[in-house]
Amino acid sequence: MTQTLTRMPESTWVDVCPLGRLLPDRGVCALVGGTQVAVFRTSGDALYAVSNWDPFGRAPVISRGLVGSVGVEPKVASPLLKHTFSLETGMCFEEPSVALDVYDVRVHDGMVQVSTA
Amino acid sequence: MRTLVVVGHGMVAHHLIETMRDRRLLRRWRVVVFGEEPRRAYDRVALSSLFADLEPADLTLDRDVAATEASGVEIVSGDAVVSIDRDARTVATASGREVAYDAAVLATGSYPFVPPVPGTDLPGVFTYRTVDDVDAMKAWAARPGVDRGAVLGGGLLGLEAAQALLSLGLETAVVEFAPRLMPQQVDEGGGAVLAGLVSALGPTVHTGAATEEIVAGGDGCVASLRLSDGSAVDAGMVVVAAGIRPRDGLARSAGLEIADRGGVVVDAGCTTSDPCVYAIGECAHAAGRTWGLVAPGYRMAEVVADRLAGGDATFAAVELNTKLKLLGVDVASIGSVQSATHPPGAEELTYADPLSGVYKKLVLSADGTRLHGAVLVGDATGYGALCQMLAGTMPVPERPESLILPGGDDGATIGVTSLADEAVICSCHGVTKAMLCTAIDGGAICEIGELKAATKAATGCGGCAPLVADVLHAELDAAGIERTDAMCEHFEHSRQELFDIVRTEGIATFADLLARHGHGRGCEVCRPAVASIFASLGVASHVLDGEHAALQDTNDHFLANIQKDGTYSVVPRIPGGEIAPEKLIVLGEVARDFGLYTKITGGQRVDLFGARVDQLPAIWQRLIDAGFESGHAYAKALRTVKSCVGSTWCRYGVQDSVTLAIDIELRYRGLRAPHKIKGAVAGCTRDCSEAKIKDFGVIATDAGWSLYVCGNGGMVPRVATLFAEDLDRDTLLTYLDRFLMFYVRTADRLERTATWFAKRPGGIEELRRILVDDELGICSQLEAEMERHVDSYRCEWRAALEDPSTAARFVSFVNAPDAVDPEVVFVPERGQIRPARPEERFLSGPTVEVELS
Repeated sequence: MTQTLTRMPESTWVDVCPLGRLLPDRGVCALVGGTQVAVFRTSGDALYAVSNWDPFGRAPVISRGLVGSVGVEPKVASPLLKHTFSLETGMCFEEPSVALDVYDVRVHDGMVQVSTA
Repeated sequence: MRTLVVVGHGMVAHHLIETMRDRRLLRRWRVVVFGEEPRRAYDRVALSSLFADLEPADLTLDRDVAATEASGVEIVSGDAVVSIDRDARTVATASGREVAYDAAVLATGSYPFVPPVPGTDLPGVFTYRTVDDVDAMKAWAARPGVDRGAVLGGGLLGLEAAQALLSLGLETAVVEFAPRLMPQQVDEGGGAVLAGLVSALGPTVHTGAATEEIVAGGDGCVASLRLSDGSAVDAGMVVVAAGIRPRDGLARSAGLEIADRGGVVVDAGCTTSDPCVYAIGECAHAAGRTWGLVAPGYRMAEVVADRLAGGDATFAAVELNTKLKLLGVDVASIGSVQSATHPPGAEELTYADPLSGVYKKLVLSADGTRLHGAVLVGDATGYGALCQMLAGTMPVPERPESLILPGGDDGATIGVTSLADEAVICSCHGVTKAMLCTAIDGGAICEIGELKAATKAATGCGGCAPLVADVLHAELDAAGIERTDAMCEHFEHSRQELFDIVRTEGIATFADLLARHGHGRGCEVCRPAVASIFASLGVASHVLDGEHAALQDTNDHFLANIQKDGTYSVVPRIPGGEIAPEKLIVLGEVARDFGLYTKITGGQRVDLFGARVDQLPAIWQRLIDAGFESGHAYAKALRTVKSCVGSTWCRYGVQDSVTLAIDIELRYRGLRAPHKIKGAVAGCTRDCSEAKIKDFGVIATDAGWSLYVCGNGGMVPRVATLFAEDLDRDTLLTYLDRFLMFYVRTADRLERTATWFAKRPGGIEELRRILVDDELGICSQLEAEMERHVDSYRCEWRAALEDPSTAARFVSFVNAPDAVDPEVVFVPERGQIRPARPEERFLSGPTVEVELS
């Protein structure tokens, strides 16, 4: 059996904030349908969204971490115990079996939006 | 199993035992060591440090007594061998013990030579060789009325004794019979510069003067010296440091051959006229002379160990190269220094700058290709390279004058790669370049501390430390190993190098620094480190200005301390730990109104826990309205300056420690540094504010303040080192300015002062040279940088509240600014809140959030 992927309708995108509100290389946290999502804008103007919950520190803090890179891959470091996670895949560099959830993120009419689908 | 009796337990005897253990000889030899002193072997070379801040136990050489005993070595302290019966092969001790030996080693050392001058037996006249001597000197100097001291002898030991008297707070005179100081080590020109440097540091110097009599005062104790030129020197205390003589009395009465001028005669195998008895160290007359330094003694110990193992090692004359720091003056002497001992045809090259107190001389072969000797006074850089050139293991450069001219080539640029493998780098422990390279093993060892531990190099006098570091770096470079002090994958520089780059190139943004000197995007390591550098240098007027905001870790970004549950704690500044009741009440009211947990900190202030980011601005508005300011508990910066109540209230206090602590805390508040900085001020020597485990500690004395630096509590406690004593307030603050700014400039990231200090090869003496004597000429810069910091300080929280754009960041959810973070759950405990544990989160709190992963 193959599962059919369904493209999400426009209405599942949730507003985060105007793009101008995001500082380069800094994160914010958004409530998306009751889930906390950490949204980052890197200095290269790319947007990333991952779950805000730090699975090691067990607290909602990822959005407050420092942004950086490993090679060419963008990453964020948790402010609690300094685990680092890929912003592209959510994978933890120190413990590859653990990963943050990754969310779709886009800019629509100047507004940053996240999809929880 | 045969028995070896070692007579004497000094440094050389200790080295013999260590060598025997390393060579696994203790399986075959039972060793019994008798020492006359009541303590085991200690580092006699470092004896003068007992006048600074070390205790006798710090000098102990045998760090693992249990292991030594388990390996079959019996060490008897406080029981001297008084006779040797060579026919019966036994020794007898003062306590009446008798031990039979198969072999005996005499390591009795030497005794201070006391010239035949009337009055040397007066109370208040001391010699300077043992820990007991030091104790006696300290006790005498503490007697009322003893405020002047004199030293007989201006050689190496005499100048050390002069330093000791100065550190005991005495006005000090040095009397030397020869026409110059350190006549054995330096020539006339060097002696003149040395006398100038020494006089500038306090002691009065009388050269070319014989002491005719030590004169007693009315109380029968020493009162003055009468010199051959008719003058008198007042002295309530006299130290005789006129040289040493081999202790050969025991050997003499045992009938062993003694040299005409003293010393137990030994052959190349260190064997005396009795084949079962060896003599090593300062008591031995080997290779035609006696040897008053520790390095040749160590060589003799190794020769005896080899002989005991059945080998045929021999002792050969060695160069008596010395490098020392006396009264803060560097003096080095290499090879032949007096024209009488130069080889025929040798030429001298001299550079002298009496104004800055530098004298350097090279003795070269006529064609300039061989070095025969060198004298360095006031500046001993290049010592290591010159030793190598003397040994012929490093080539003399084509223009040898560049070795001594200012701004010339001090040998460092010749590079250790040109050193021969057999070059002896550490002469104290006989470590060659090849031995270092073997230990480094292409990168098995990457740190200087590990290399020292593995090879013992630079653990003796330490003079070779720079050369050892050069060898390590060259080897690591050759092996293609990245330097371990590189910041991270984005910068190959150390923090210190980045600091200098930012300072000298005037770089003001992280992006610019990255573009010019790094690669990638940075990370959680380099971003805060660079942010700290920018803040230390005042590049950013506020840590959250513009692009700098993206460099701060969460604590600096929210100006509060993140806790395990993602909430923050708030710590307002309480300078010196002094707080008026009204302000204390405000702290209580704020904590109550915002539902915060309160705890008193170790730094004498109050920490308010459990604040959500969206509460921080309102909390701080209340605190600032009540007159509080940021405490910088969230920053790598000055934290607190703890104080006791001092002379204001305390019946023991001798100075007003609270006022000084407040002044210091307000002066350095907000100073960003490589790591946090904690200070303390104590009003008397009882040190109730624990100043000796702080990055800087100030302790009151009757005459002013003593400054201690680089202490630490925490995981690896370190007692702070005494930097300077009896300072007035202004001098204290000047030294503190320099010390703190120098630390800020040169430490690695997240390196506390204690670690930073431990890594600096020159120890406290070097720090004093840089920060008191201004050896590097940077003190005015350091002071100016601190002035700029003091002048530009403003409360970060006040500024943040005045700026609507920064205040707008303090929301839990960017798309729901009014929402309270439902993940933050507290439960009650002892009348306050605490974070809920995972299993409690489902049972309490208004909102239950189930996290699915």
